[in-house]
Amino acid sequence: MSVMTTEGSRTRGAGPPGPLSAWANRHIKWVFTVPALAFTAVMVLFPVIYTVVLSVTDARGSIQRDFSFIGAGNFVEMFTDFPRFWPAVGRTFLFTGGAVLVELVLGLGIALLLRKPFRGQGAVRVVILMPLVATPVAVAMMWLLIFEPTIGFANEFLGWFGISGLGWISDPGQALPTLMFVDIWQWTPMVALILLAGLSTLPEEPEEAAVVDGANAWQRLIHVTLPMLLPAIVAAVLLRSIDALKTFDLLYATKGRGGGSLHEAETLNILAYSLSFEYNDYGMASAVLVVFFLIIVLFSWLLFRISKVGSQQ
Amino acid sequence: MTTTAAEQIVRAPREVIRSSRRRAKTRAEVWRWIAIVVVSLVFLFPLMWMLISAFKTSLDITDPGAMFTFEPTLRNFENVLGRENFLPFIWNSLVVGVVSTGIALVVGVPAAYAMTRFHMNRSSGMLLVARIIPGVSLLVPWYFVFSRMGLVGGYTPLVISHMFVTLPLIAWIMLSFFEGIPAELEEAGRVDGLTNIGVFARIALPLAVPGIATASILAFIFSWNNFLFALVLSGEATRTLPVAIFNFIAYSSIDWGGLMAASVIITLPVMIMALFTQKYIVSGLTAGATKG
Repeated sequence: MSVMTTEGSRTRGAGPPGPLSAWANRHIKWVFTVPALAFTAVMVLFPVIYTVVLSVTDARGSIQRDFSFIGAGNFVEMFTDFPRFWPAVGRTFLFTGGAVLVELVLGLGIALLLRKPFRGQGAVRVVILMPLVATPVAVAMMWLLIFEPTIGFANEFLGWFGISGLGWISDPGQALPTLMFVDIWQWTPMVALILLAGLSTLPEEPEEAAVVDGANAWQRLIHVTLPMLLPAIVAAVLLRSIDALKTFDLLYATKGRGGGSLHEAETLNILAYSLSFEYNDYGMASAVLVVFFLIIVLFSWLLFRISKVGSQQ
Repeated sequence: MTTTAAEQIVRAPREVIRSSRRRAKTRAEVWRWIAIVVVSLVFLFPLMWMLISAFKTSLDITDPGAMFTFEPTLRNFENVLGRENFLPFIWNSLVVGVVSTGIALVVGVPAAYAMTRFHMNRSSGMLLVARIIPGVSLLVPWYFVFSRMGLVGGYTPLVISHMFVTLPLIAWIMLSFFEGIPAELEEAGRVDGLTNIGVFARIALPLAVPGIATASILAFIFSWNNFLFALVLSGEATRTLPVAIFNFIAYSSIDWGGLMAASVIITLPVMIMALFTQKYIVSGLTAGATKG
């Protein structure tokens, strides 16, 4: 009671609210949100417009130098006469599709494994959380050592089973699959945790009804659990795909600029970075980025549609 | 003894069935445990390997015989902190992380509050753009503007670019947190004569403290881990840890011990922070994705 009175008197003691705070009070909706929205808009809108503008110019060398409009020149050259473009598109999709697919399967398995409570569940959750928060560059360096062909643990491990060692990241032919493996190691826990959260919200009755009907574990999973889990699955795939398409830290930290000597790990993200900050070819880099945007937007839109269809069932 | 012979015949198989079921159940449990241990090992072992290697001499790292049996040494850590002078980089990462998280809290928490209370779905969706857009596409224009303003190499472009990571994250986590605060409490405050801002400052904000704590730690982790923005926008004096780690990769050879010690120094703080917030971390990491 005494707290209430002191609170009240303090408000009164501050005097009548000034015109500014009265105005802020009336327009709290916008006073609170405009700074955040303005910041995000400025940080995104200007760069996106600028990128689209640069993509139809011959901007090279320095952004501050004059550049002239060349129409679709960059795009034509990129599609027809730029040997690094199409392989980069292929690698982007291969890396994303392959890694996310494996992450989904393994993540689902882990989520189902951890679904029923058991002693030490908390500890296991902490363990699978660790790859998620570990600094990606440090993770890349850690795997670089493990996959080092002569001194790394990976080949030592294979040696225990009499299997001869591989080149892993350092071998141009094996680099991309190895790096997909690292992505899978780091991000499968994310898929598992999203699906685990999804599983925990599912009602138990349909599953019990299926047990009564005599469905075995596999039939229950396919016909009862997975359809109900679809929104969580789509969320996990969407989130992981957007991030996997944009993978930069891992590829750059292990293979360097251009994705290695033969560009063996060069995705659209690495290619755009290389064109911008290695060759200072801003026109071409922007053209690559415009295509990259479109892919990401199209992809997000598609998955959103799928999730809508799924939730209407 | 009222059991008939017939009943005894029935009972025996039933017990057999029951015990075989129990055995099948324990067998399934054993397999489940094996799977759990394997999964845990797969995710933990590489990190353990990084930790172990950080305490090895260069000689022991190259020696398969010294894989698990070696004389632990602190020399790598001495090198990282002393010869490679990592302390300024730790300081840079700390400054950028704390300042970008701090400003993002001041801007993001009220924004999330208003977006929740006034159901501004479109506005909150706008923040999602920051999650979807590739960072590389922002760097050339940012670099252009920052260099025009003579800011490249200082803390300002780093803080601003990292705010681009921390602000949407904080806003999204706080959105779901404010949604959980019952509107009745705020109504009661209004009846007592509080203004809109008063309701936010005296009722919603104190109740949101646990959410703010989680959001801050996650935002700091994301800033701490960020590599791309600092790679382009940091200068010699403002380099952050993920960029500085490349000091250990020379053209001819790699100082593996030092590299692993540096990796441990970068990773350990965020892992310890994640331990304290692990309950909320999934919702934070997936912020935005599950809301559509």
